[in-house]
Amino acid sequence: MVHVGGDDLVVAREDFDIPVAVRPKRLTKRQRQRRSTLVALSFIAPNFLGFLVFTLGPILFAFALAFMHWDGSNAITFAGLENFWRLFSDRSFITAFWNTLIYTAVSVPATLACSLGLAVLLNQKLRGRNFFRAAMFFPYVASLVAVAVVWNMIFNPEMGPVNMLLYELGIDPKNLPGWAASNSWAMVTVILFGIWKSMGYYMVIYLAGLQGISPELYEAADLDGANGWQKFWYVTLPQLAPTTFFVSVMLTIQSFKVFDQIMLLTEGGPGTSTLVLVYHVYNEAFISWDLGYSSMVALVLFLMVLTVTVVQFRLTRED
Amino acid sequence: MAKPPLTLFGHKVRFKAIAVYALVIAITVVMLLPFAWMLSASLKLDRDVFAFPIEWIPSQPRWRNYVDIWTKIPLALFIYNTTKLTVIVTLLQLFTSSFAAYAFAKLRFAYREVLFLAYIATIAMPWQVYMVPQFLEMRAFGLNNTHLALICLQAFTAFGVFLMRQFYMSIPDELCEAARIDGMNEYQIWFRIMLPLSKPALSTLTIFTFVTTWNDFLGPLIYLTKTELKTVQIGIRMFITQYSTEYGLIMAASIVSLIPVLIVFLALQRFFVEGIASSGLKG
Repeated sequence: MVHVGGDDLVVAREDFDIPVAVRPKRLTKRQRQRRSTLVALSFIAPNFLGFLVFTLGPILFAFALAFMHWDGSNAITFAGLENFWRLFSDRSFITAFWNTLIYTAVSVPATLACSLGLAVLLNQKLRGRNFFRAAMFFPYVASLVAVAVVWNMIFNPEMGPVNMLLYELGIDPKNLPGWAASNSWAMVTVILFGIWKSMGYYMVIYLAGLQGISPELYEAADLDGANGWQKFWYVTLPQLAPTTFFVSVMLTIQSFKVFDQIMLLTEGGPGTSTLVLVYHVYNEAFISWDLGYSSMVALVLFLMVLTVTVVQFRLTRED
Repeated sequence: MAKPPLTLFGHKVRFKAIAVYALVIAITVVMLLPFAWMLSASLKLDRDVFAFPIEWIPSQPRWRNYVDIWTKIPLALFIYNTTKLTVIVTLLQLFTSSFAAYAFAKLRFAYREVLFLAYIATIAMPWQVYMVPQFLEMRAFGLNNTHLALICLQAFTAFGVFLMRQFYMSIPDELCEAARIDGMNEYQIWFRIMLPLSKPALSTLTIFTFVTTWNDFLGPLIYLTKTELKTVQIGIRMFITQYSTEYGLIMAASIVSLIPVLIVFLALQRFFVEGIASSGLKG
């Protein structure tokens, strides 16, 4: 790759027959380097200063705070590993940790399968294909607050149309799911919501992957007499492996940090049935004002994301 | 011998095609049903909202809901606040990201790799990990309960710089070189050559920033406690109180809050799709 720096400017001008009087003053190599560095830094500064103060600073602060005690108003004291050991005896943390893993374990494969299915379906030549694609994608850009309210109305255990329909279909009222209001169904509700909201987004990534598959592979499969299912299984799926890998990594990270939708649908409840890690971070910070411990829980989340990222990096580099 | 094809109105009927269309339409209906419900309920009295079977088109549409939302809560003010935040954040994001990205993509200087690594290292860092220290920092700056806090929070993202840099890398260096020979300085090259060429990337960044800022819930929830500063997303929730939920009004307000996103989405969805497809962005 060729990089053209500001110092080439002077070199280039020497080629021209410019009278000595108007020729720019020759700068020493050092001066030129310093000048081009200053120009470059002036480009970066507006963003980098904001980034440094409002992102990088808080991140470093978060790491430090995890090993401190602080309630936000009194003096900060050093805690050593106290916050870390507390994790193991904090039942809410353990619940939140498992709930996050359960959410991830269910929603990642489910969203993956749904978005792949949608992509294959909408990669065909259909009339109104763009409309259908846009419709699948729209929940992703719609306001979470608004759709969460609708979702809770539709899945309202007593009056919502979903349970009304199930009742009409002959399900005993006692066996109707309690959705967001019941311990056993709350997690299902937030997972379903997550799939509905985000699968259009991953569908778009899959569509890009599908369009990258060479048509010759399908022609060859046709010659071999493969049927549609065989073509999907032996051509499409293996060819999409990098996309699937990428999507599953993204989905896993998204699932680790799930929060907004849970706050809006179930507020972490009933009880602790949908309490997830970020919810615990939020509660410990903004309800209990136990900022050091809250940062320790956030650090656990960071380590989880880091692990996934490192694994992704390792595996993609091997390819 | 194959069976003669079935015909209907002179067209060959292919069962497979019918099945595919039926499936696609069914899924689309499920995807859009919540929005239909929202629209329908926004024109109903609270006591009719849950009537079953669902009356999709209310026989007596209650347009009053769309009048009441503006007086029951200061919705116009909330929309003004949200618009202000969204416009400022988007403009700042576009300017600072493309500006910085130009240096990272086209200029050679000391510590370039180190500085860029700082951005890359944080791109996978969930905001949730540092939202608390960030809040404490803003509070120390006296920015708690100000719009400035939310602007600072969202305007300088690693994501924006990364997106723009990737795009600039694809523009040949020779173009900048030629401009330099013509006597342009770096700022002119950025403004007159790079910016006009990067419209697709700028559009993608605009949409993502616009939608994210407009729909943001957690940021305003943490930072804004004064009513006069709140945003639409927080405002909608004001119809839900401890004792009751005003369904008709909340749905009407939701519809109003969806309109800007819908317009931006429909106008620019091509860039949305291209943007995601080319970079799988926004983790």
